Amino acid sequence: MTGFAATFDTRAHAVGKFEANAATRDASWVKFLVLGIGLSYFLIFLLLPLIAVFAEALRKGAEAYFAALVEPDALSAIRLTLLAAAISVPLNLIFGLAAAWAIAKFEFPGKNFLITLIDLPFSVSPVVAGLIYVLVFGRQGWLGSWLGEHDIRIIFAVPGIVLATIFVTFPFIARELIPLMQAQGREEEEAAVSLGAAGFQTFWRVTLPNIKWALLYGVILCNARAMGEFGAVSVVSGHIRGETNTMPLHVEILYNEYQFSAAFAVASLLALLALVTLVLKTYVEWRARRSVQEGREQ
Amino acid sequence: MARSIHKRVLPGFGLSLGFTIVYLSLIVLIPLSAVFLKTSTMTPNDFWEAVTSPRVVASYKLTFGASFLAACINAVFGLLLAWGLTRYTFPGRKIVDALIDLPFALPTAVAGIALTAIYAKNGWIGSLLEPHGVKIAFRPAGVLVALIFIGMPFVVRTVQPVLEDLEVEFEEAAASLGANRWQSFQRVVFPTLLPALLTGFALAFARAVGEYGSVIFIAGNIPMVSEITPLIIITKLEQFDYRGATAVAAVMLVISFAMLLVINMLQAWNARRYGRNV
Repeated sequence: MTGFAATFDTRAHAVGKFEANAATRDASWVKFLVLGIGLSYFLIFLLLPLIAVFAEALRKGAEAYFAALVEPDALSAIRLTLLAAAISVPLNLIFGLAAAWAIAKFEFPGKNFLITLIDLPFSVSPVVAGLIYVLVFGRQGWLGSWLGEHDIRIIFAVPGIVLATIFVTFPFIARELIPLMQAQGREEEEAAVSLGAAGFQTFWRVTLPNIKWALLYGVILCNARAMGEFGAVSVVSGHIRGETNTMPLHVEILYNEYQFSAAFAVASLLALLALVTLVLKTYVEWRARRSVQEGREQ
Repeated sequence: MARSIHKRVLPGFGLSLGFTIVYLSLIVLIPLSAVFLKTSTMTPNDFWEAVTSPRVVASYKLTFGASFLAACINAVFGLLLAWGLTRYTFPGRKIVDALIDLPFALPTAVAGIALTAIYAKNGWIGSLLEPHGVKIAFRPAGVLVALIFIGMPFVVRTVQPVLEDLEVEFEEAAASLGANRWQSFQRVVFPTLLPALLTGFALAFARAVGEYGSVIFIAGNIPMVSEITPLIIITKLEQFDYRGATAVAAVMLVISFAMLLVINMLQAWNARRYGRNV
């Protein structure tokens, strides 16, 4: 699987072992130099932008900050972002489960090729991801005249935004589940079925408890990308205020209108979402690691 | 015989594979094929003109040059950071470790405006550089800064697990044979890390080539100077030049597929080296 996103990892880490051993312990000046350079790089390129979002958002005070968030266009952008995520995450969840079930539990030719195809959306530029739907559903596209006759709008409307969001978040859940379910094999499910469990019962009682943390991990990352996608959604949105603006697009509009504090206020909500995502992700990894260790001890 | 029994024991093969293929085709494969079908309606001359006009070629140079440079910078500093996170204990290590994934979680538009605010001439870093005549925002250097941000986690996250799994015995053996720490790193540790490092580099490069959201705010988007290829596609679309936009998109797609192939080969090398995927 291509590692275009964070990958679920349940192994325990022991940092101390390297510092306790003379053969792997670096001189203290090396430690300070490596940490000094590495952490400066982290601070300048990663931490500073995060802090800047909140500093800029609050520059004009708390009142202006909250005013920017409850403004009608901002609220409608928040609603649309939530809607796009609420449709695309469950669809990609169902897809992820179906793909992982087929790939992990059965043998069929072309399996590796299928896995590569599932990863494909990660390597496509977001702008191209938006463009392909314009080519299919746009006015000059394949279905353009038919959609026009039936007065159905997909491009420059909500369905296009949802489609673009589904595309860019397509592999997230599948790619967490496939390697895990492949590693777990099919003995437990086969035992359940041979004892008379129905297919759905087997999935619910046997498979799901085994994959729940990886599943949750994939959902968290998928949701973060779904709510934050900019390039693909920008191509299909048409930027109609109050109608087809998601939160990231609203940030862009405010910024281009030189309403910097308002732009950063909406951006700070997205930055908070990113921080919550990282906290949940770290928690899920910790829980999963613990349950793996408990499983070993039993 | 054994295989056919497996197929019969567990239910849902037809349903799950069927759904997977239909969904994959509808969302990904058929729309992507539209790029190539649309391109095939152009004459070779029109296509060639669309993808090699001076403004487009200037955008390739910037996009690939800045992506390559950003991936190099991320490889060097990402390796240092991964080393620091796996080999040393220091206060705040777990917080730094958790925050490394921020560029995956932070929407690109947010990163773009935040970086612009920092590197603009009245920003935290921009105001320090301005007196020395160094300008970053609204110039090609700004593109580089944005691409460093979005590519940062790749090298750290591919190198880190390999460093963690590295048995101390190798370095003990090197030390007992008289190697100093640098020789032991250079001859023992680094060759082991190399496949993972190259994979991280390739992933960061591939991501940077297609990046749009974080770049357009800080780039200034001056034609021939600081205009990236994804922006060319958007500009052509806004001018209703669908064929031109699609032709450039086809070039980008072919390059993405080539990168995907390279990355898969690197990961196969990784898997052989470490016995698992990174």
